Amino acid sequence: MSAVPLEAAVRADDRERTAEAAAPLGPRARLFPALAAVYRAQLSRARVARIPLLFVATFQSVGIMILMRGVVDGGDEARAVVAGSSVLVVAFVALNLLAQYFGQLRADGGLDHYATLPVPPAAVVLGAAGAYASFTVPGTVVTAVVGCGLFGLPLGHLWVLAAVIPLAGAALAGLGAALGLLAPRPELATLLGQLGMSAALLLGVLPAERMPGVLQYARDLLPSTYGVEAFARTFGPHPDWAAVALDLAVCAGVGVASLAIATWAYRRAAVR
Amino acid sequence: MRDLVKTYPAARGRRGTPATPEVRATDGISLDVRRGEIFGLLGPNGAGKSTLVRQLTGLMRPDSGSVEILGHDILRHPERAARILAYLGQESTALDELTVSLAVETTARLRGLDVRAARAERDDVLEELALTPLASRPLKKLSGGQRRLACFATALVGERPLLVLDEPTTGMDPIARRAVWGAVDRRRAERGTTVLLVTHNVIEAETVMDRVAVLDHGKVIACDSPVGLKEQVAGEVRVELVWRERAPLDVPEVAALRSSAVESGRRWSLRLAPDEARAAVAAVTGGAAFAALDDFTLATPSLEDVYLALGGNGEGLVKA
Repeated sequence: MSAVPLEAAVRADDRERTAEAAAPLGPRARLFPALAAVYRAQLSRARVARIPLLFVATFQSVGIMILMRGVVDGGDEARAVVAGSSVLVVAFVALNLLAQYFGQLRADGGLDHYATLPVPPAAVVLGAAGAYASFTVPGTVVTAVVGCGLFGLPLGHLWVLAAVIPLAGAALAGLGAALGLLAPRPELATLLGQLGMSAALLLGVLPAERMPGVLQYARDLLPSTYGVEAFARTFGPHPDWAAVALDLAVCAGVGVASLAIATWAYRRAAVR
Repeated sequence: MRDLVKTYPAARGRRGTPATPEVRATDGISLDVRRGEIFGLLGPNGAGKSTLVRQLTGLMRPDSGSVEILGHDILRHPERAARILAYLGQESTALDELTVSLAVETTARLRGLDVRAARAERDDVLEELALTPLASRPLKKLSGGQRRLACFATALVGERPLLVLDEPTTGMDPIARRAVWGAVDRRRAERGTTVLLVTHNVIEAETVMDRVAVLDHGKVIACDSPVGLKEQVAGEVRVELVWRERAPLDVPEVAALRSSAVESGRRWSLRLAPDEARAAVAAVTGGAAFAALDDFTLATPSLEDVYLALGGNGEGLVKA
């Protein structure tokens, strides 16, 4: 057959044209449209698959408050319990579930899909983190309202949740994403996510004054603490708004840092 | 496509457990793929196909060597890979919980299309692949073949001049397969799209590919058109014998064939020169051996025979 000489001729011809202009590159996805697309997709997956888990998270928090009613008797402690239980919903979804999701995605090659699309890593991480954080809104609000009812706290300043959820959400989701993407194995990501949530439960819900010194330090290191404290302060008759803002600023700072780490971890995990 | 040349050299070692020795997944591979060609990578599991593809798509950095796609150096600018090629991997976990329609639309948007363009392309591609009736179902709820087809749809949106498809038709029924190859052919005819196809399905490789590189243990052991490859073993004919219960080894001709047969249960598979094959068929279809014979076939060589003749071990290739 004449296939061989023919191919040789084609190849020589090709080589001459190699110097010719390179193929035009496809467009790059810009940060905000890509973020919006990821956010929308993640929110829809969360809607399909995570609603039962949101119920679990809410019931867990409500259950804890009912339990704590026998232990604390109003005042500062009651505020801490309600605020801690509400933020716990955020920790459950944003930290625990997101760590599991990214751990899984990394382990079974799901990240390849995003890594072979011209999308900024920050869009993938922020889109997923944002979707998980938004997904906590109904559970957190329900928990807060039920808590106020149980402990007789005023509902007047619940609007502060509009700042607490996104900021605590950013800090915890960033942490969850970073843990999930850095964990060498998916089981480890799940474990870390669970541990993070347990820490948020123990250190956030239990009144701080009764803890030993070491745990008080651990409490200060956990980003959810600042969300809890900011929220708890607003139940008082005359909230110290400067302190609330400071706590929320810490959340925001941790959020920015942890999301930056998660973005870096994503880059690292995507190209092995 | 302005040919990609890559040489992955000696020490492409993937991290393994300390107890196992370093595995050289791709060992000095060099290939040129021409624009508008359907180029196949054929080989059994573990031959290094997927590693090679990961290096091509910028998902993995080779230890050394170079990759050039359509005039772009992918090692120096790995981020460009995503802008010239669409990759269909074997995993769909990133999309599993999305509906078919949202998975395709999101992928199109992440390839840089605006909302309107992404939706228009989504509708076109779903229609082209006959996925429209499944558009609102989550991928997870679909059968394996349907899910694969939906993933294939995500590779088509956002139009890239190079498609890298890793076993695109796994689990698909013949209708879905036809939809896939139809879509590939249309893009090639209309836009000169180049396709790099990874497969271990020899039949598919023969029918759709222009050229095939056969990989084994991280090396290219042959690279030619399917016809050209088959010519390398043109002197041989394949004889398959199926015995009723077991081979009548008391017949001397049959006993003599046994040494060159690959046995699997009642089935013997032999690669013979044409006159040897004729003699063998005469021996088993006449006389005592015929009573023990259930079925026999004579066939011209397939890519599988090429693979075996080239020294591959043949396991892991699929004939379907």
